[in-house]
Amino acid sequence: MSYESVIGLEVHVQLGTKSKLFCPCSTEFGAEPNRHTCPVCLGWPGSLPVLNEEALRLAIKVGLALNCHIAERLKFDRKNYFYPDLPKAYQISQYDMPVNSKGWLMIQMRDENGGVHQKKIGITRAHLEEDAGKLLHEEVPDGTLVDYNRAGIPLLEIVSEPDLSSPEEAYEYLVSLKAILQYLEVSDCDMEKGRLRCDANVSVRKSGEVKLGTKTEIKNLNSFRAVQKALAYEIRRQTEILDSKGRVVQETRLWNEDRGQTFSMRSKEEAHDYRYFPEPDLVPFTISRQTVEDIRRTLPELPAERVERFKKDYGLGEYDALVLVQDRKSAHYYEECVREKVSPKMASNWIQSELMALLKLHKAAIENSPVGPKDLAGLIRLIENNTISGKIAKDVLPIMFETRKSAEDIIKEKNWVQVTDTRLIEEIADRILAANPQSVATFKAGKKQALGHLVGQIMKETQGKANPKLVNEILLKKIAKS
Amino acid sequence: MNRPFYEFTLKEAIGVAREGGLREILRALRDRIQALQPKINAFVRYDFDQDLSAVSSQSVVAGVPLAVKDNICIRGKETTCASKILKGHTPPYDAAVIERLKAAGATILGQCNMDEFAFGSSCETSSFGPTRNPWDTTRVPGGSSGGSAAAVAADMAIAALGSDTGGSIRQPASLCGVVGLKPTYGRVSRYGLIAFGSSFDQIGPLTKTVEDSAILMNVLAGHDPRDSTSAMQPVPDYTKSLVCDVRDLRIGLPAEYFVEGLDREVDKSVRAAAETFRKLGATIKTIRLPHTPYSVAVYYIVAVAEASSNLGRFDGVQYGLRIPTKEIREMYFETRDEGFGVEAKRRILLGTFVLSAGYYEAYYRKGQKVRTLIRKDFYEAFEEVDLILTPTSPTPAFKIGEKANDPLAMYLSDIFTIPVNLSGIPAISIPCGFTSSGLPIGMQLAARPFQEELIFRAAYTFEQETGIYKTKPKL
Repeated sequence: MSYESVIGLEVHVQLGTKSKLFCPCSTEFGAEPNRHTCPVCLGWPGSLPVLNEEALRLAIKVGLALNCHIAERLKFDRKNYFYPDLPKAYQISQYDMPVNSKGWLMIQMRDENGGVHQKKIGITRAHLEEDAGKLLHEEVPDGTLVDYNRAGIPLLEIVSEPDLSSPEEAYEYLVSLKAILQYLEVSDCDMEKGRLRCDANVSVRKSGEVKLGTKTEIKNLNSFRAVQKALAYEIRRQTEILDSKGRVVQETRLWNEDRGQTFSMRSKEEAHDYRYFPEPDLVPFTISRQTVEDIRRTLPELPAERVERFKKDYGLGEYDALVLVQDRKSAHYYEECVREKVSPKMASNWIQSELMALLKLHKAAIENSPVGPKDLAGLIRLIENNTISGKIAKDVLPIMFETRKSAEDIIKEKNWVQVTDTRLIEEIADRILAANPQSVATFKAGKKQALGHLVGQIMKETQGKANPKLVNEILLKKIAKS
Repeated sequence: MNRPFYEFTLKEAIGVAREGGLREILRALRDRIQALQPKINAFVRYDFDQDLSAVSSQSVVAGVPLAVKDNICIRGKETTCASKILKGHTPPYDAAVIERLKAAGATILGQCNMDEFAFGSSCETSSFGPTRNPWDTTRVPGGSSGGSAAAVAADMAIAALGSDTGGSIRQPASLCGVVGLKPTYGRVSRYGLIAFGSSFDQIGPLTKTVEDSAILMNVLAGHDPRDSTSAMQPVPDYTKSLVCDVRDLRIGLPAEYFVEGLDREVDKSVRAAAETFRKLGATIKTIRLPHTPYSVAVYYIVAVAEASSNLGRFDGVQYGLRIPTKEIREMYFETRDEGFGVEAKRRILLGTFVLSAGYYEAYYRKGQKVRTLIRKDFYEAFEEVDLILTPTSPTPAFKIGEKANDPLAMYLSDIFTIPVNLSGIPAISIPCGFTSSGLPIGMQLAARPFQEELIFRAAYTFEQETGIYKTKPKL
């Protein structure tokens, strides 16, 4: 029996405001517990919320970037439930009139043949709400402490339509969403600091079935890879249940990263009735279309637009453009590099392969790379003007990383300047051909690989400094004559 | 004649304080409170050891001591809403109105008793025991600001603040024979008022005279950026509206308010007041407020819904009472069971019910729709008249215990004040007469939003014409 999975994601992203959603307390991360609190975010009796307009502006910015309808009226609701991290016993959220609704986001899926195809994923809504505090269970024996620094921090909950049909698509959705949020500069999306959180809803049904299967919600997903792995696990688990004629239970499950499994947390049967009702302390107000248009004008170039520009201006393929663009800082690095008038294609290749590998090795972020975009351009330029070969350049870059010297200085020091002296190469070629008649014969018999062996011999003689293109040409010419 | 200082109006007391008599006023009040507190139980806390060194005799209130209801936060002073669940709770900040009072040079002498969380119309649900009506101590002072009204009526306070969600300033003012104003919703900041029904609550003054009410409103009214429901409207000098002239005013008597259930003497007294206005040159008209019969029902859906949510925070986690248990759920159950009184529990249950999935549409949503209709009634009526005159309460003060076990009868004692809160308009209750047994009767004057000035003018004119306010309870 073949099955298909249906996935929807709920992403909570912390909006990068200086102060909280309804009070002037700082949103600084990592302060001593309860340092950034006041009667309002502690929900003390008599306190009242006042909306942080910057948070609304950022929310609308995201809404516009996600092609959403921006609500005509801003209205908040109370979501009532008891939990010690929720100081008022209700969360100020948005229920039936989210600030953003009915949008979409394009994801890029790589085909088996290396191409890329796009898929449009619907955004149901993206609404504003306040965060809760944090329970600290380990601090005291037999008790729990509460840190309310996070209580009241503005969140945007972005809910996708159940348009995702595989864990890979879910992963790509998150990557694309994060790229947009970073381009908008509304959040740094740091998952480790809880600034981006994701819950996944997934169900499985027989292929071709119209009716949705019973879904489960997965929580405790601490990275995009965790989302992908947890979904894959959960799809497998649900499929096995269906295969054995079982029934999937609607419930919330927690992902355990160490064990690579999901575990039942609570069943939806005993789920809360949140008793939503309009927040009487915040009077609904009109979001003028002028305000929306003013915010639209502040939108930066978004990833999709940048991909198109990279393809057009730099002649990059879809996939290369995507990889560079998806991380705003990589894209910036790339553009800085290309600004030095080196080949855009070479710059793309060098960044995506050699530079990324070295950054990973040195655990450095691209914006702090020891080899800056201009330095890398310097290296590429040396390849372009035949001063060194690409192969030598691959040895130069790690030294640049370690010593922070320029490529030019390094090749001078090491005497790695490429041999482009035709006469010298011809001399060596004559010697090599004479010493390897067998290889020449094999090549002539049609085994083209034999040429590689001969090229290798010449490179060895010149300590890799001979211009490989020249070596090839000379060898072919001489073999043809012989 | 040598009147004791405690009998002074706010206006008079400010005059005395300006002349250096503040300490004498304070002493007179201390003696008065100490003598009457056991009998009346108007206060839950008072503090005669006031630091008067910073008081400027030139400030608006010149240091005159005032009392406030126990649901208005005072920095560093226990504030409990007369509930066990907030026992020991000391707010770290002043309510906006306390800031304003302090800035105007007022001394906060004490905190007044009230129905627990302002849930009640008799001051009987207080965890500090009932307040008694100064006119007849076997009777209730009304509620929920019963302590504030009784304190002013018994001359235990020069003036006091109350809060009004469904009549909690006006009904006790009426039952105690004092002046009580519920300002327009948004006129006075709610910041620091421990919420009951957030879309209804307003703080207002309880005073001996209309003039005192205007003096206090000059201090209390104004925009507060910390309260999103606070109005931007400019604040006039309310004392300028204290003019004896009602000749241009059209006053409406809603037919729906003079119906069965209305005490005969109250009916007579309020009609006589209308006649007084007519004689003074006002136009008196009968008007219709057709949705009036639904008011109490709508109020007890919407207000309790808000209350059930507002009271969720009293969970034993951060402040007030906590019954420690092993599990958090049990802590909630035990703490809230122990901390809330019967009426608070009743309203939390009601509010939780009307917001529950499957009932929300039928109750809360429908209630909001009817609320809109009731508001429309008033707006239409105000096309024809400038003020609406009604009884404040259908009966004079009732006996302690008389309605304590009959919530519906208790709820109906706010039948004439609730529509005003549903509409957000301002209204005052002033004394308009006495029953044959000597209990005060109050009448309510309501106006369009932000027309407190019209209310003051008419109320002042009536008060000066009749002098009813001069009669004091025999204590």
